[in-house]
Amino acid sequence: MEPINRRNFLKAGVALGAASSLYGCAGMGGKSAGHVVVVGGGFGGATAAKYLRMWSNGAIAVTLVERNPTFISCPMSNLVIGGLKQLDDITLSYETLRSQWGVTVVQGDVSGVDATARSVTLADGSTLGYDRLVLSPGIDFQFDQIPALNNADAQVRILHAWKAGAQTVALRQQLEAMKDGGVYAITIPKAPYRCPPGPYERACLVANYFKQSRPKSKVVILDANDDVQSKKGLFTKAWKELYPGIVEYRPNSELKDVHVGSRTAVLEFENFKADVLNVIPPHRPGAVATRAGLKLINDKWVEVNWLSMESTSTPGVHVLGDAIFAAPTMPKSGHMANQHAKLAAAAIINLLSGQEPHPAPLVMNTCYSFVDDKNVIHVSSVHTYDGATKLLQPVKGAGGVSSARNELEGKIALGWARNIWADMLG
Amino acid sequence: MSLPALRPTQLALLTSMVLLGSTAQAADPHLAHDIARNLAATCANCHGTNGQAVPGSGLESLAGEDKAKLLKKLADFKSGQRPATIMHQITKGYSDEQLDLVAGYFAAQR
Ligand code: HEC
Repeated sequence: MEPINRRNFLKAGVALGAASSLYGCAGMGGKSAGHVVVVGGGFGGATAAKYLRMWSNGAIAVTLVERNPTFISCPMSNLVIGGLKQLDDITLSYETLRSQWGVTVVQGDVSGVDATARSVTLADGSTLGYDRLVLSPGIDFQFDQIPALNNADAQVRILHAWKAGAQTVALRQQLEAMKDGGVYAITIPKAPYRCPPGPYERACLVANYFKQSRPKSKVVILDANDDVQSKKGLFTKAWKELYPGIVEYRPNSELKDVHVGSRTAVLEFENFKADVLNVIPPHRPGAVATRAGLKLINDKWVEVNWLSMESTSTPGVHVLGDAIFAAPTMPKSGHMANQHAKLAAAAIINLLSGQEPHPAPLVMNTCYSFVDDKNVIHVSSVHTYDGATKLLQPVKGAGGVSSARNELEGKIALGWARNIWADMLG
Repeated sequence: MSLPALRPTQLALLTSMVLLGSTAQAADPHLAHDIARNLAATCANCHGTNGQAVPGSGLESLAGEDKAKLLKKLADFKSGQRPATIMHQITKGYSDEQLDLVAGYFAAQR
């Protein structure tokens, strides 16, 4: 629990008072202010679980369902691919959520959501009832859009490494096994995709590795978009100044298919053969979002009410992170998912005690990217609720990018990771 | 579902709060506290939960800092007087009233 102070008592008094009226019980005798099930223990879900417990002073019971035994961070995983960190450095435990915050962490997969009965079914057949459901399912890949990659065998040979874990390490091994003079190609899907600057950061860190130990090798970025999607000026400058003759950027290069054996990217008008081919397939929301039958925008991303992160179609179901149709200029990022989670936690605490969500929420985002082993660039933005559009809109004049790549932010970026990891799991 | 471990002193106090009720439920202070809490939580990604940064992470803890000093630093970031990699961009996204709430919240943390 957080240290006791007067404000917490006041808050808890109200939460528990409201809870007792909600449930018609006289005292606190074992009743809680409600049960929230959180599906997905990434930046969104883990943060939601912790903040629901912390801000309700433990009055709200929280069950977190996560399929993996540990959390492996996507932010900083490009450092593993670049040979600068190990997977252990970006792997964290769910233990503190259990022991310090009293979250019930269940390892499992959600196979069904019954929003009318307010229950979820797990793959092992068990069910969990909820008063409010938080879905933070992240993304799934649309392998069906790259026909030859739509099978398990191909997927261990041509890697995405766009969910951190075994693929991160495997991609590193492919790079280490590549002969000098080889070509690493990375394909980027059409926006919106998870972590807009991530592919360009990865290109930099692979180039940084090549420059140091495979000097005749090249990095080719095959981008389905017509231009660099994030921190364009800073990335372009890094490629030109740090990696001349190593990094080549090709816009309008949408991947249509692959030839698995020859590691060839099939583009619209040409084929591109690589020695290491790294394909980031197009995304859709994690499957549980579609299983829950939520309203989607563009037949794809979940539509939410920005005052509460609640689905616009399905009462009681809140959705966070990469799976939602983002507000204007809002990236799909871990930082953003953490902020969605706090917005949702505050709203859920209000809703469970019969109050309206706070009418003027604010969230902010920052993405740090390494351009070599020491230098980092950032992009930041602040978003506030706008009653006219009912969206979180970027605050004009706020946010921006680094004035130039710099080593100070290299240190700050590592500090950011430690603090956001602790904010969600510590 | 098990309730979290509330310490006995906490429990006693909470119970009396619930029973006494009314003073604690004067809506405004709570609303203000919640708004401040929510706004301050947007800083936690870098400065730690409730302003308690991870020791050695290189980012400053804000918990328990004097409110006036915090406000001065934030104003100086906003005006560009205080050198920064990012705080000048972040502070411009918050109104002075919002920064006042945030500073008050962090100052009250231990
Ligand atoms: C993305 C990370 C990030 C976020 C989010 C962030 N800060 Fe900072 N903060 C920094 C960094 C980095 C510095 C050092 C100055 C700089 O380089 O901008 C700093 C410095 C500060 C300082 C000066 C500390 C000192 O004594 O030198 C204060 C005060 C501060 N931040 C308050 C806040 C508040 C309040 C918020 C939320 C509204 C916030 N910060 C959000 C990264 C962040």
